[in-house]
Amino acid sequence: MTLDGAPIEALPGDTVAAAVLAHSGKAFRTTAHETPRAAYCMMGVCFECLLEIDGKANVQGCMTVAEDGMVVRRQNGLRRLNGDTDE
Amino acid sequence: MAAASSAARGGLRVLLLDEQPRAGGQIYRDFALNAGRKAYLGKEYLAGRALVDGLDVANVRQEFGASVWRLEPGSRVVWSQDGVSRVSTAPHVLLAGGAQERPTPFPGWTLPGVMSAGAAQVLMKNAGLLPRDAVLAGSGPLLYLIAAQMIDAGAPPKALVETQSMRSLIGASRHLPRALLAAPTLIKGLGMIRKIKRAGVPRFTGASGFVATQTATGDLSLSFNSAARTRTLVTPLVLMHQGVVPSTHMSRASGVKHVWNDVQKAYQPVTDQWGGTDVPGLHIAGDGAGIGGADAAKAAGELAALNILHRLDRLSEDKRNQRAAGPLADLRQAMAIRPFLDAAYAPIPELSDPVGDTIVCRCEEISAEAIRTAHRSGAQGPRQVKTATRAGMGPCQGRMCDLTVRGILISCGAEATVPRARTPIKPVKLGELAALAPSQEA
Repeated sequence: MTLDGAPIEALPGDTVAAAVLAHSGKAFRTTAHETPRAAYCMMGVCFECLLEIDGKANVQGCMTVAEDGMVVRRQNGLRRLNGDTDE
Repeated sequence: MAAASSAARGGLRVLLLDEQPRAGGQIYRDFALNAGRKAYLGKEYLAGRALVDGLDVANVRQEFGASVWRLEPGSRVVWSQDGVSRVSTAPHVLLAGGAQERPTPFPGWTLPGVMSAGAAQVLMKNAGLLPRDAVLAGSGPLLYLIAAQMIDAGAPPKALVETQSMRSLIGASRHLPRALLAAPTLIKGLGMIRKIKRAGVPRFTGASGFVATQTATGDLSLSFNSAARTRTLVTPLVLMHQGVVPSTHMSRASGVKHVWNDVQKAYQPVTDQWGGTDVPGLHIAGDGAGIGGADAAKAAGELAALNILHRLDRLSEDKRNQRAAGPLADLRQAMAIRPFLDAAYAPIPELSDPVGDTIVCRCEEISAEAIRTAHRSGAQGPRQVKTATRAGMGPCQGRMCDLTVRGILISCGAEATVPRARTPIKPVKLGELAALAPSQEA
């Protein structure tokens, strides 16, 4: 898979959030107030691990099983209604 | 899982909607994926085999990655999977939503590198990821279990920082005679503590005053007070835990009556001995009805299935009661240790009633002081606090702040009513709602 364009690896069955954490402990996203956040509960409760996965914004990385060729992006700030990034 | 296989064995057709990618819940998470590997997860984890295998029968249709987001009277269940919502109908619905970890607000708990302790266990079960040099903090039996699993996996915690004090343990000891009914569980717990001691993991008890900050190198600096001294540990990972609480969003949104359980310090639905609720056709089993743990949940699932079979005239009242004897005894034994655990490892006040700029609502970044200010400005209950501050309006819908808002309101002298939960209880995209047509009923 790729994370922000760089290749990362996952084992079969890993969630996307686990794969991103295995790659680095850095933030998954920033909030509306630009504070960094990373996966917190890993069981679908806290919504801290929101990522853009295959073009879809605000996907819970901990509830999504990693698949070959996935395109994963960290989210900076809030998403717009059409799902576009802020840049 | 126990309810689904019991109901299927009794001749019912069962639709099992599981939000996770694979069967097992959180306790037996990814059991099939691990297939007996990862011995460090312990012997109890192997009990998942019978439960997961029990689902593999013709009458049970299993759907994974299926998020139930609405439940209507007459038992219409609305659920989402792969971006498509569907409606299923059934004469009986059993909620088995389990538990979540209690939120643990302290200064710095939103920093990357601070996680719930359960998250580390999920990462071990799901991806075989081991936390290195992590500090385990908080209290509760799960904290000891995770520490023991980390030791057995070759990644012992850097320290165990426990919030319970000798006083809470002595206070809890009056529940020990009853807990002796669950002697194997007690012995297991003592074994875990021995393992932690033998591994030489530093332990601090009666800890309070937690503050986490980020160091220049990207690590975390965790400060706390223990034994009248301020201590600071530098670690890449802080894993915090203060016990688990029932997941009640679905049951609250369904209109089931809920009460505050002051022993377990959590909201829970009102259920009868079969898991039946005041909403016709709706049963609740497992930790979602009050914390009891995995063995209690299995027994409660079997009891609910027996009652549903009886209501559907598949089982006479006598037969139901007869078959209930086994699971009722299992349930009693599993629950015998709870009063001791609930008293010994009760959450500490600073984590249920935080002050100052400690974040309470992580989604909307609302501080403890903002909640207090809202109360001073006239916000009386959780609904008015939500309107005034947006606490609880983010994507987690209050899962990470409901209990903290309650703690703060109580400390302000306000009356804390049961917070409302509304459908959709999980975020659903507008396009998915629009595409939900009656023709999709199945």
